[in-house]
Amino acid sequence: MEKPKVGFYWCASCGGCEEAVLDLNEDILKVVDAVDIIFWPVAFDFKKKDVESMEDGSIAVSFINGAVRLSEQEEVVELLRKKSGLVVAFGSCAHMGGIPALANISNKNEIFKRAYKKVPSVVNLEEIYPQEKVKLDVGELELPSFYNTVKPLDRVVDVDYYLPGCPPPPDLIMKAVHAILEGKLPPKGAVIASDKTLCETCERNKTKPDKLKIKEMKRIFEIVSDDEKCFLEQGIICLGPATRSGCGERCIKGNMPCRGCFGPTDSVIDQGAKFLSALASIIDTNEQGEIQSIVETIPDLIGTFYRFSLASSPLKRKKLKA
Amino acid sequence: MIIVNNDFEPKLVGFLCRWCSYQGADLAGTSRIEYPPNLIPIRVMCSGRVDPSFVMKAYSEGADGVLIFGCHPGDCHYKEGNYKTIRRYSMMKKLLGEFGIEDERFRLEWVSAAEGEKFTEVVKDATEKIKKLGPLNWKEVLEV
Ligand code: SF4
Ligand code: FES
Repeated sequence: MEKPKVGFYWCASCGGCEEAVLDLNEDILKVVDAVDIIFWPVAFDFKKKDVESMEDGSIAVSFINGAVRLSEQEEVVELLRKKSGLVVAFGSCAHMGGIPALANISNKNEIFKRAYKKVPSVVNLEEIYPQEKVKLDVGELELPSFYNTVKPLDRVVDVDYYLPGCPPPPDLIMKAVHAILEGKLPPKGAVIASDKTLCETCERNKTKPDKLKIKEMKRIFEIVSDDEKCFLEQGIICLGPATRSGCGERCIKGNMPCRGCFGPTDSVIDQGAKFLSALASIIDTNEQGEIQSIVETIPDLIGTFYRFSLASSPLKRKKLKA
Repeated sequence: MIIVNNDFEPKLVGFLCRWCSYQGADLAGTSRIEYPPNLIPIRVMCSGRVDPSFVMKAYSEGADGVLIFGCHPGDCHYKEGNYKTIRRYSMMKKLLGEFGIEDERFRLEWVSAAEGEKFTEVVKDATEKIKKLGPLNWKEVLEV
């Protein structure tokens, strides 16, 4: 029998999701035995035209990581969508926009100015910026367009399943692979992970007092944190109350607070707003001035509350001045 | 160049707590006080019931301003609800500022069941200020 065909692709991502596939260790051999990988730019030399020549729907599943920032990414994911039975958004960036989508508080112009002119390590006296088309002796060269707004995968193509995490942990990847190979699929649109919040599964929850109260917010590098106590109790922002569990508490076990990479649970539409609500509940004062000064100690609310989910939140980006 | 569009009628979403503010708005109605028709009132049990995601959703779906109305501090039917609202409100204000949403577009006001007059004043004032700011139009924000 012919093995099911599988494709991998990366958009705006850091490469960690690709490594997550390798983190399957010996299990990757089982995967390679069971499927036929037909496209994987980071590992194999297949070209886009190879995919173009395939029949529509003939790829069993495409795992796509990264957010969509460039026209090229949009083009390839549209192609993969057409050729694939299933599309899985792999990792936080494809799922919700992730870290690359924090650039949604800026735009193309500002980003180009910063990257090609203002950074101290760049000297660009002629103010040369990347152009989509450049005429040279050899002919016209083309670069993909760079969008103002970064999008999660499902704002570009229809997505069947989501594998959350930055990057997704090996056990969840294997769970998804098994489900697909055995045809035991969850309902379309499912996030393949628990629907509990991280606090519900976190070991440190036991140490939480009945009424959590904080008067001061601290950043993780400012103190030597206790490795058993709930982070929030120590005044350290931990996104556990607003984040989906299933990660195996990797950060918490490494004595780092949760930053929210698994996104919110199914019933929540705005992870950042949800966390804001949880945090506001435990601030231990009703005095307006004091509340204000506590709020002021958090330097970057979007970056803290929406670190991974900005592009999939209701507002999705910052409004730029007209 | 700032284009002032005089025909622009702001869409305001108001969350009114059932025990004080909604009754205050009712009083404004039964006393036949005139005020702009720009506010869409939504009755909630308590100002503390207003999940910050409701506010985000309102802006993303076309509201030009969001107003939360509750009982005066100390008068909340559930004792603590509006204190929670105060704490959220301060944080939301800062967050919305980071999103580029102007201060005037988000307000928290205390209106008791007897303050029909105050309710209309707030709606009038908010409508005028937001008219000056112009539409928020979040759908367009996403098109850039
Ligand atoms: S807030 Fe963080 S440390 Fe505390 S219980 Fe929740 S996940 Fe664990
Ligand atoms: S019941 Fe009015 S603010 Fe709580």
